Amino acid sequence: MDIFTLAQLLAKIVFVFAVCLGVIPFLVWFERRGSAWIQGRVGPNRVGPFGLIQPFADVAKFFFKEFWTPAEANKWYYHLAPIFALVAPMAALTVIPFGSYLMIGDQIVNLQIANVNSGVLFILAFAGLEVYPIIVAGWASNNKYSILGALRGSSQIISYEISMGLALLSMLLVYGTFDLHSMVAWQGQKFFGFVPAWGVFINPIGALIFWISTFAETNRLPFDLPEGDSEIVAGYHLEYGAMKFALFFMAEYVAMIMASALLVTLFFGGYQLLPGVQAAVDAIVSMNGLSDAAAQNLKAVFQFGCLFLKVAFFMVVMIWVRWTFPRFRFDQVINLGWKMLFPLALANVVFMSVVVYLMS
Amino acid sequence: MGTINVSREYSVKEKMFLPAIIQGMIITLKRFIQGFIFHKKYTIMYPEERRNYSQRFRGMHFISVDENKVENCTACFLCETVCPAECIHIVAEERDSASNPYGVRKEKKPLSFDIEVLRCCFCGFCEEACPKDAIKLSRNYELSILSRQEGIYDLNHLKREVKGRG
Repeated sequence: MDIFTLAQLLAKIVFVFAVCLGVIPFLVWFERRGSAWIQGRVGPNRVGPFGLIQPFADVAKFFFKEFWTPAEANKWYYHLAPIFALVAPMAALTVIPFGSYLMIGDQIVNLQIANVNSGVLFILAFAGLEVYPIIVAGWASNNKYSILGALRGSSQIISYEISMGLALLSMLLVYGTFDLHSMVAWQGQKFFGFVPAWGVFINPIGALIFWISTFAETNRLPFDLPEGDSEIVAGYHLEYGAMKFALFFMAEYVAMIMASALLVTLFFGGYQLLPGVQAAVDAIVSMNGLSDAAAQNLKAVFQFGCLFLKVAFFMVVMIWVRWTFPRFRFDQVINLGWKMLFPLALANVVFMSVVVYLMS
Repeated sequence: MGTINVSREYSVKEKMFLPAIIQGMIITLKRFIQGFIFHKKYTIMYPEERRNYSQRFRGMHFISVDENKVENCTACFLCETVCPAECIHIVAEERDSASNPYGVRKEKKPLSFDIEVLRCCFCGFCEEACPKDAIKLSRNYELSILSRQEGIYDLNHLKREVKGRG
């Protein structure tokens, strides 16, 4: 591994994690202000302009709170769980492509941290790992409410992971690859010359199932049963305070970013430019007479911008949904997962395989 | 006995859930736009803005004083007698009327006049009973205290509070 490869790899890692962690305060702010706007309230507006500094003030508070551990907790797992909760979705982020490639000198820099051949499997593995911190935290806290939250989390994830996996499988049939980069490249085609070949236009049912599953996957309302504040206090992170709670809190947002990025990559064209942006890129290139390499770099920047916008849209929708719907009852969640989404996803896989067979 | 099951046929649209979900999302989107763009809010920005209570609101007690800061109270014990919460405690003493010729010309005045505001139910009976209009309830509703000791309003405290009701 030469020095350039190492440098670009490090730069990409720093970039992705900086963006990912950097938007969390704004997401938290938006979650609080947005919910306030929806409910006719004002929300945090005292710290900084429009209350934008509020999340940082919260973090400062978290740092100075007492680092308290329950006496009867299993110390090792109790402290491991929040770390795991944050690491799992962040690890999954490494295989999300956030642009096609950059030309630096005559070197091509692939805008993806880890170019894993079976990127989808990697993501599924780490997405599946997201439930372990919940179970571990719930069990290690040695609290009845926590263990209830952990149990709810595990059974909920099982019922959703299957339909999620099946929705993914139907897209794998279409793309014919496990590599996320080539999936996005495939979505760069156009139908009839103008409709972008995004997965959602090919497989809307799969997209819907996957979308619903991401809500369950990230434990967001209406599927936030592991937390369920009104019935089991705070569920699995009930016994966590100070920075340990903040880690869980951040993990939720990282998981949201990860899930939205995956949804966008699979079904909404990933980093493919939004309609109309290509024309803008071309205009800038022709106006300034840029070279091919510079044009490609410019395009990559715009591609990242488009991915950012798409992910931001789905994040906003997640927050929007949270403040619209009440929590499902537990049996309703399981019914929805096993009796509606699972058969639907299975039928969708069969349907898509027939379609793919006929088209090829 | 017990539960009665009222079954109702759900239409296909209702069984789909999705139309209802979108309906709900549109409602919250409207609220969001109202809040975000038009700044519609029900919040009263408390320290800057105050809720406008009724003119007859019964808040913090005070004892009215004359221009020489001498209380109008004559220690008649009517308020202490009528108080349903028994939170008024008066100790009477002799009044030196000569020192305050334009004030109340009765021979008694309170030596101490304590109101245990933590027991007070703000019924206003003391105010109604008072023949001299000495004890009154103001419209001040910010009664927060940091210790129980501060919950006992003594004569000095009661004389300081002078804002009357309309």
